[in-house]
Amino acid sequence: MAAPDPAIVRLIDHIQAARGRGAVLAVCGGGTKAFYGEPPHGEPLRLGELSGISSYEPSELVVTARAATPLEELEAVLAEKGQCLPFEPPRFAPGGTVGGMVASGLSGPSRAALGSVRDYVLGLTLLNGRGELLTFGGQVMKNVAGYDVSRLVVGSWGVLGIVCEVSLKVLCVRTAAATLCFERDEPGALAEFARWRALPLPVHSTAWYEGRSYLRLAGARAAVASACHKLGAVALPDADPWWRDLRDHAHEFFRPAEGDLAAGECLWRLSLPPVAAPLELPGRQLIEWGGAQRWWRTKAAAEEVRRAAARAGGHASLVRARDKSSGAFTRLAEPLMRLHRSLKEAFDPDRVLNPGRLYADL
Amino acid sequence: MSLTALPDDAEAAQRGARQAEVAAALAHVLPKSAILARREDTAPFECDGLTAFRATPMLVVIPDSEAQVAATLRTCRDLGVPVVARGAGTGLSGGALPHRAGVTLSLAKFNRILKVDPLSCTAVVQCGVRNLAISEAAAPYGLYYAPDPSSQIACTIGGNVAENSGGVHCLKYGMTLHNVLRVRGFTADGEPVEFGSEALDAAGLDLLAVVIGSEGMLAVTTEVTVKLIPKPELARCIIASFPTIESAGGAVANVIASGIIPAGLELMDRRMTEVAEKFVHAGYDLTAAALLLCESDGTPEEVAEEIAAMTRVLTQSGASRIEVSQDEAQRLKFWSGRKSAFPASGGISPDYLCMDSTIPRRHLARMLLAIQAMEEKYGLRCVNVFHAGDGNLHPLILFDANDPDQFRRCEQFGADILEASLELGGTVTGEHGVGVEKLNSMCVQFSPGEREQFLAVKRAFDPRELLNPGKVIPTLVRCAEYGRMHVHRGMLPFPDLPRF
Repeated sequence: MAAPDPAIVRLIDHIQAARGRGAVLAVCGGGTKAFYGEPPHGEPLRLGELSGISSYEPSELVVTARAATPLEELEAVLAEKGQCLPFEPPRFAPGGTVGGMVASGLSGPSRAALGSVRDYVLGLTLLNGRGELLTFGGQVMKNVAGYDVSRLVVGSWGVLGIVCEVSLKVLCVRTAAATLCFERDEPGALAEFARWRALPLPVHSTAWYEGRSYLRLAGARAAVASACHKLGAVALPDADPWWRDLRDHAHEFFRPAEGDLAAGECLWRLSLPPVAAPLELPGRQLIEWGGAQRWWRTKAAAEEVRRAAARAGGHASLVRARDKSSGAFTRLAEPLMRLHRSLKEAFDPDRVLNPGRLYADL
Repeated sequence: MSLTALPDDAEAAQRGARQAEVAAALAHVLPKSAILARREDTAPFECDGLTAFRATPMLVVIPDSEAQVAATLRTCRDLGVPVVARGAGTGLSGGALPHRAGVTLSLAKFNRILKVDPLSCTAVVQCGVRNLAISEAAAPYGLYYAPDPSSQIACTIGGNVAENSGGVHCLKYGMTLHNVLRVRGFTADGEPVEFGSEALDAAGLDLLAVVIGSEGMLAVTTEVTVKLIPKPELARCIIASFPTIESAGGAVANVIASGIIPAGLELMDRRMTEVAEKFVHAGYDLTAAALLLCESDGTPEEVAEEIAAMTRVLTQSGASRIEVSQDEAQRLKFWSGRKSAFPASGGISPDYLCMDSTIPRRHLARMLLAIQAMEEKYGLRCVNVFHAGDGNLHPLILFDANDPDQFRRCEQFGADILEASLELGGTVTGEHGVGVEKLNSMCVQFSPGEREQFLAVKRAFDPRELLNPGKVIPTLVRCAEYGRMHVHRGMLPFPDLPRF
């Protein structure tokens, strides 16, 4: 058994000291997602020391990395072996980390077809709010020993504990890819997404924006070629940058100018059943995930957007706005909200770690 | 551990009085016919697929509506009665083993498929719908439900959710967790609750992720929305013979490392092959030390490309013989022996204990050789069938339960396999769950702090600890006793040290 890692020991001391003083810690990775969710507050707790890839077994399709490992570094190491993170975690700015990827639980354009970051987490080591270092899951593909705490932690915005290290399943990069583009209105695109979903096509990602739907196919060379042939379309040349900009929100659509924000325009993310009918909201829309993720640039009131999402069977998150006082994430009804409070209590009874980052009162 | 000891008279009287009290309270919320109290009526519920463990429940109730489930849970909460939810009872780890002082909540009547939607590629089903029935209902739309535990003709989706079940196809298509969008159910207080949604995520914490695989300890599932996927146009299977266990293990690692994710990648050792061959007459190569079944599915073009690549890798890895299925009938014949591994083993031994650990794939051969050594040590035979592609082992230890010494040796043999798996960086259960069977092994796999955190999660959902109590999370006392036994046997030092 190795001696405790000094970086971890320092984090534990930090947590214990904060508990003693009744202080609040804001867990910081690369800070690239600080704009997302409820605003962070409290004393910054930096994880910079906790960096590096702990183990990588390409033949096992498993990589284990520490929290502050830059996402770019991890993805570069995987790419050298022809492998990748299939869920395409967004990089909103340079410097995003593996820990932030897990804590935010955000996945990119391929999510609907290939799964989310949660689906690829095999296990992690967590420092809870009592300063206890705990390991859940492992480095193997199938594991049902105990509750699946590691996947509960994904997307928890640090409110249950500090992710110190995570093991991820990785996949080999698909041998062939092609992007097709079609002129479609919104209802036409949504109907077509549903058709593609039910066919055995090597769909990787879909999107719709400004009257055009986009389909990225990826898989075996023969499968991609035959899908292009079946759909009767010619592949766009050099489409990778377009999908990368979509993943990283580098596109103008995702970055409202200061003036737009000041005028009350907001960027919303609506997560809906993919078959939900087109929403009647003012503003502009960009659709991903076969209709299951719909981004809106709108000045509509928060209640109006949330009502529209709820009516369609989903929920809405306020991503970029001057005023987030209505809450970044959709609030839950009892007894779900009570379960959230009980779980916070179970992991972080003194509310030391990222309180308020997911819900103001959690 | 004996769970069938006869209670003495005083205890029997007390038990009778308690049973009458709880039955009377439940009679206010359930029809009389939905409450079973007599021994001959409750006997069929006394075990699940892990038949070595049995207990008589105080009562069995069989509600037919969500309102009745909610009322049953409220009544049990008020009286402090444990509740064990039960689907088809096919689980292999004793997750549905009754509580002697508890109510077994049979969900057998929740057997309706509520909706199959070919546009969203989802189905909404009640918890008691059989796994295979979902794929049958989806078939007219060219869709199916991917997770396929070998009990799929009988096991229910509610049980699959409880255990996070896998199967042959989960190598490529994921476990239950990856194929369920939403679970509707009830808390221990009888409150309705929905985890997940028909969107790809829900607001707040990912409670769905922790409810799936929680073995009925956090909530009672009544309805499930599952993801359906397009049925592949074609599937073909390769059977490859290997002259040594090592070369077969190496081939598994090489296939995965080559970037192919087969639709199934299974390994059978020679003894398993012999047993299966006698049972199904599939024409297996009985001279091989191990057989690999390697399947590709998808469009005809994809399958052709993959089969060629797989054949290349298997040959380079030392396969002595390779056969590719030429049609669907032959493919099913290839699989017939693998699919009937359990019943075939039942035919050559009075009893068997099926283990379920997962290890990193590269250690498969090492593990098989270690199991061979354990056969000598414990004087028992073991046949091996693995979900090799994801490193999930199912060694079947053959024994006679009527011989107490064989049962004892069998349990130790099993515990040894689990601990060897942990030493290789694996886990004690890949898809069957902990239940009661692997409680001791949980003491080895998790530190006291980790087990305490599990318990805190349990209490967050179920503060009175009434849902399936005593499963999954071993008590400190139990672990202390097991630890002493361990030190005595000198097998695993320092189980309680934190690991990072």
